[in-house]
Formats: sequence, structure tokens, C-alpha cells
Amino acid sequence: MRTDPPATLSIAVTVNGKQIVRTVAARLTLADFLRDELGLTGTHLGCEHGVCGACTVFVEGRSARACLMLAAQTDGLRVDTVEGLDQFEEADRLRQAFAERGGLQCGFCTPGFLVAAVELLRDPDAEKPLTADSVREALSGNICRCTGYQGIVAAVLDAATPAGSADSAES
Amino acid sequence: MKPAAVCYQRPDSVAEALELLAQDAEAKLMAGGQSLITLMNLRLARPSSVIDIGRLAELNRVFDDTDDLVLGALVTHRTVETDPLIAARAPLLADAARYIGHVAIRNRGTIGGSVAHADPAAEIPLATVVLGATFHVESVSGRRTVAAEEMFVSLYTNALAADEMVTWISIPAIKPGQGWGFVEFAHQHGDYGLAGAGCLLTVDPDGRIAAVRAGVLSMADRPLLFVADDAVGKMPSAQLWRTLADRWADACEPAVEDTDYARRLCRAALADALADAHRRVNAPGGGGHAD
Repeated sequence: MRTDPPATLSIAVTVNGKQIVRTVAARLTLADFLRDELGLTGTHLGCEHGVCGACTVFVEGRSARACLMLAAQTDGLRVDTVEGLDQFEEADRLRQAFAERGGLQCGFCTPGFLVAAVELLRDPDAEKPLTADSVREALSGNICRCTGYQGIVAAVLDAATPAGSADSAES
Repeated sequence: MKPAAVCYQRPDSVAEALELLAQDAEAKLMAGGQSLITLMNLRLARPSSVIDIGRLAELNRVFDDTDDLVLGALVTHRTVETDPLIAARAPLLADAARYIGHVAIRNRGTIGGSVAHADPAAEIPLATVVLGATFHVESVSGRRTVAAEEMFVSLYTNALAADEMVTWISIPAIKPGQGWGFVEFAHQHGDYGLAGAGCLLTVDPDGRIAAVRAGVLSMADRPLLFVADDAVGKMPSAQLWRTLADRWADACEPAVEDTDYARRLCRAALADALADAHRRVNAPGGGGHAD
């Protein structure tokens, strides 16, 4: 005789370096867990089916859609949100470049772009130096309805170029 | 939207996962969840329970066998895209993986999950059909193998019984004298392919065609495979690629409003993939794995 599987469960997750233990409903997405349970509202929810990229976070150091994961799946794992990006030295350069290049207007998509861009700049598998085309392909999973992407691509290229070297690779 | 109420289980082994699956016909296996949770968010899927197999490390491994590359069902698309061994032994599969969604999707989505989902627009099913892959399938009652050509039955429907799960995928490694091509057209990178084609070409030492296999996505309720027996013994040529592409695109039945446009894209994808395959046979070391 089997027992019914649980619809709620206790999870222990390391979020932005802090150990969190909570009892959650199995149906709760990681995005709602971060926003509603932990108050980490930097993770934005746009489409809720994996298209817009606004909810992108790091799970075990790899980017993931927080709307396409259940909180239960992160039990025992490390999650880092846009609020925790300061641990990466690239984040400060990216924020600076986004501001200088007009890489945002309303800002709704920005957290997802920053997480995806931090991953791109740190990715050993990404072909370097980055080009406008490769940045566009890498960020193709993040939708911005304000900027037309020009400023975002320029900002990521700026941040990819170490300070003191030649100007950004984009001509 | 949010998923409907559901239960969650995370087995520690394949055997335990199969037990749980056999106990509940309404339960769903979840690997990366990149298709299943989308469907659950949209309430198109309302499983009683998700059986989270995503962390079964035993299935997240790659073995280089003599003639085959053997991939665990939980190898992610991102690994398929970036692993040097997979690129050397199954370059068509590795290239096809680049077109799957976006990095954040590929970080979590798995090849086994893509096979289970059986989306006719998906890259992994197409690549496995073109490459003649074999799926190893398990349930509580035993094991069997399913050829890729037999696996994809219809829209989101594969040949698995409700209690079966894909565990391993054997892919014949590329051989000297072979070349491959993969071409996909989408509105933007990572979107659903409007049309796409994969091709595996084998030529004799004298340059004549020994075999041509090609497949297309988004042109039917499943990936379609075409084999050109009448091209065997002929010399490769741009004219031949155009003839084959015309014939195969005409045989497609895309379920879209503008079928002429879809067939035109399909024809272009096929012709380009065939030409790429021929170029890669000819390129030094282009036959793939150097012995």
C-alpha cells in the first residue's frame, strides 16, 4: 500500500549566500518563492512561461528561468538572484555600462538581462572576444520592449572590454 | 498563470523513479522541466504528481563506445552544445542543440526530456532520427530499445508506454567519409523553428554518394525522415541537392496557414544542409572523428 505523495514539503535553499528553510507547496514556482516568500522582488515575472527572461536567476551557478522551476526543485541547491550579483565583479561594470549606454528605460527586463549578461561574461564556453552578434544571440532569451536592444548590446560589449583597453568592440 | 495543485516526489534512483511512475498513471516524470512546467503554468498539463528525476546523476553521463556515443537521458542541451567529445563524435547533434531555446533553457533542458516531449518543432528528435539513434527505455517490467524512427508517433506523442522512461540514447558516431548539415529558420534565434533540416551524407572514397539521410522539423506532426536510395552511386552536385530538396519539401504537409511559404523555407533548409554536409565531407578532417 503506497502513501500519497506530499503536496507540501520542507526545503532548504541557499539564496544569495543565506541558508533558508521553508515549507512550501509543491506547485510553488521558484519565482513566486523568491518574490512572495522571501521578498526578493528584483526577480521580475513577465510571461510566466519561459519566453521573456525577466525572471532569470542563477541556480547552482547557471542561469535558469525562475518561472520554469518549482521551488521544491531547489532543495539543497544554491540560488543567486539579481540582488546577489555583487559577488561577481562583472556586475558593477555591467550596471555602470547599462546606465551610460541607455541599456534600460522602464527597467522591468533589466534584472534578467543582468543575470544573463553576467553569465555570458563569465562563460568559459563563450567565444571571446564577444561581438555584437554573439551578444545578441546569447541574450536572445531576454525581451526588452523599450530600448530596441542597441543600448543593451553596447553596454554588454563595454563591460566585456577591460577598462583601459581600446573602446568597445562594436563599431 | 501558475501550476495547478500538484504533488512532488524526488526519487534517488532510476529504479525508484520507475516504481513511482508505475503506481500513478497521472504522474509525470520531470527532468529539466523546461517543457513540462511551461505546460503546467498554462494549465495545459495537470499531472497529479511530478516525479523529479532531474538530479539522478547516473543518467547525466556520456560514454564514448567503439561505434556509438552513449548519452544519459539527463545530459543537458547546454552540455550537448559545448562538450568537445560530443562535438567530435556527434557534431550534428551538438550543432542542433545550439538552436534549442536560449542559454537559460539549455542549462536545464535535457535530451531525454526533449524525446519524451516529442514536439515536432524540436531539434533533438530531428537529430536523433537523422542520425539513426537508438533509445534505451525502462519500466518496472523490463527494458527495451526503440529506434528513433519508431519513437515519434504524432504531436507530443511518442512510442513509450505510460510507465516507461528513456534512460540512455545511443548515437552512431560520425565516420570518415561522412559530412553533416543542420539549418534552421526562425523569427529570431531560439524561437520555434519555422523550418529546419538536418542531413547526414556518406560518400565513397571515389567521391560517389553512398548514403543520404535528411530530416525536417515543423513540417508534420513529427520529425520526418527522408532517405535517397536513388542518389546512391551518383556524384554530389548542387543540382542533385536542389532536386532532393524539391522532392522532399513537396512531400511535407506543414500544419500552417501558408503551406507554400513553409515549404519554401523547408526547401532552402534542405538544400543548404545538404550542401553543408558535402562541404564538410570534403573539408580536411571534415569527416568528423579523426582516428
